[in-house]
Amino acid sequence: MTVPMVLAEGVHKRFGLLEVLKGIDLSVNRGDVMVILGPSGSGKSTFLRCINHLEKIEAGRLSVDGELVGYREHGGKLHELHDRDVCRKRAEIGMVFQRFNLFPHMTALDNIVEAPLRVKGESKAIVAKRAAELLDRVGLADKRDAYPRQLSGGQQQRVAIARALAMQPKLMLFDEPTSALDPELVGDVLDVMRSLAEDGMTMIVVTHEIGFAREVGDQLVFMDGGVVVESGPPREVLANPKHERTKAFLSKVL
Amino acid sequence: MTDLGSSPGSGAPAQIKAVPVRHPGRWVAAVVLAVLGAMLVHTLVFARVKRGTKSQTRFGWDVVHQYLFSQQILNGLWLTLELTLVAMAIGIGGGVLLAVMRLSPNPLVSGASWLYIWFFRGTPVLVQLLFWANLSYLFPQPTGISIGIPFGPTFHHYNANDLVTPFVAAIIGLGFNEAAYMAEIVRAGILSVDEGQSEAAQSLGMTRATTMRRIVLPQAMRVIIPPTGNETISMLKTTSLASVVPLTELTYASELISARTFQTIPMYLTASLWYLFVTSILTFGQYYLERYFARGSARQLPPTPLQRFVRMVTRSHPDVPPREKLSDVVIVQRSPGVGP
Repeated sequence: MTVPMVLAEGVHKRFGLLEVLKGIDLSVNRGDVMVILGPSGSGKSTFLRCINHLEKIEAGRLSVDGELVGYREHGGKLHELHDRDVCRKRAEIGMVFQRFNLFPHMTALDNIVEAPLRVKGESKAIVAKRAAELLDRVGLADKRDAYPRQLSGGQQQRVAIARALAMQPKLMLFDEPTSALDPELVGDVLDVMRSLAEDGMTMIVVTHEIGFAREVGDQLVFMDGGVVVESGPPREVLANPKHERTKAFLSKVL
Repeated sequence: MTDLGSSPGSGAPAQIKAVPVRHPGRWVAAVVLAVLGAMLVHTLVFARVKRGTKSQTRFGWDVVHQYLFSQQILNGLWLTLELTLVAMAIGIGGGVLLAVMRLSPNPLVSGASWLYIWFFRGTPVLVQLLFWANLSYLFPQPTGISIGIPFGPTFHHYNANDLVTPFVAAIIGLGFNEAAYMAEIVRAGILSVDEGQSEAAQSLGMTRATTMRRIVLPQAMRVIIPPTGNETISMLKTTSLASVVPLTELTYASELISARTFQTIPMYLTASLWYLFVTSILTFGQYYLERYFARGSARQLPPTPLQRFVRMVTRSHPDVPPREKLSDVVIVQRSPGVGP
């Protein structure tokens, strides 16, 4: 049996007294696309942020590609990872945010080459070539010298995807990538994500795009109140939700 | 269909000719200001007074002219510029360091920064300058300032007055004080950058230091520069306090001349003219610095004064009054080439 790309066992997360994640168990296989649905406040974004250690988990085990997130196991004890190692692991996981978070003082091209140059220390020529290919892939080859403010939301999000891909990640996390976009711009971003999935990228996507979940997802997870309520193949879950809470949610979204 | 007057078939609408609103208040204000202005110019430039045996302009411009480029004044100006530059460099460097320390998760580090800012903002800079200038009171000879293990043996001794010359005392006093103020300015700048920026940088694997240097600080600059320009201009004039150290900077240099010639007001005018001149240059520099760091935050950068001037010259025709130009624009918009 191969090691799953992401494995969560009883993951708990608390902000002060508020328990946001109350024991999440799930696993994502290599090359699979997992779509997480759920109402706001259900903890889906928090879970995503735990995976690249933007948030620290309080209990349970969370591992990416067989390695614990944020800790090292040695002699039966957990040791916190040094900042340096946390950064090294984050560099292998791409993340795309709801509000793009492009660096506004850099052009589209500079946004993409910044991390490969500074974090991985790759050579300028190689990175520039890869960045040009990525911009071409997301359909923005002519926008390389544009600043984020000069781009539409959909274009910004596609640059943000290219920026994450430039690090050649083994896992991509999408945190409501289309929620801040005008409806007519959503399609372009989803197309890029679909082509990524077809290329075999392992992806976890928090979204409200049911159509995308049905067509592209290998696994669908419905979260509510910090727990996984229901999961399974997207077509099945969407067609015959077993849990009342899932039914209620889907009846409003569909 | 309603005709909005935009179809070319109907032709351009007749231009409105209306009686403009009269503004008598503006005329009264203009006359009052003109009279006040004339009084100012008269007393400032033309009025002559008798001092002793000879007649002189009221403000003694001939004395100002005589000393404006004198060696003593120029030496003082040079020292003032040096002090401003070095003290601001210490202030900005120290300010960035203190601001980053202040935002550190380590309570000891942020506490130390807080304590520094509390002390140096809480005491007058004049007192701080005198303190550094009189350091030899705390570290008198023969031991002086010694390097060694606290409560233990010492390795080396320095004479406090050799180590802290008047110039060093002035830049330490001004620079350390400035660092406390700059720290708050830099901290405000850092806090103004959206948290999503550091999250995005971290998710790409950047360390805290790289994130600060490459992502946060360049964006914080937009907020940091205007008050820093203020601080620099303020520092230019605060250097006059260094006369207590004592240093013969611009103000003290002109005071020395006036003590000899008894031309007090003209000498202060001489110094003030130089302060005004340098401030003007600094203001100009700040504009370009702001423009540089505005890239990315504005869709279009504002034109430089030079570009604005060139546009003004190439666009306007002295023969054509502005109203005619407006109608030009209207005609261009309703180009008859479009439409049926």
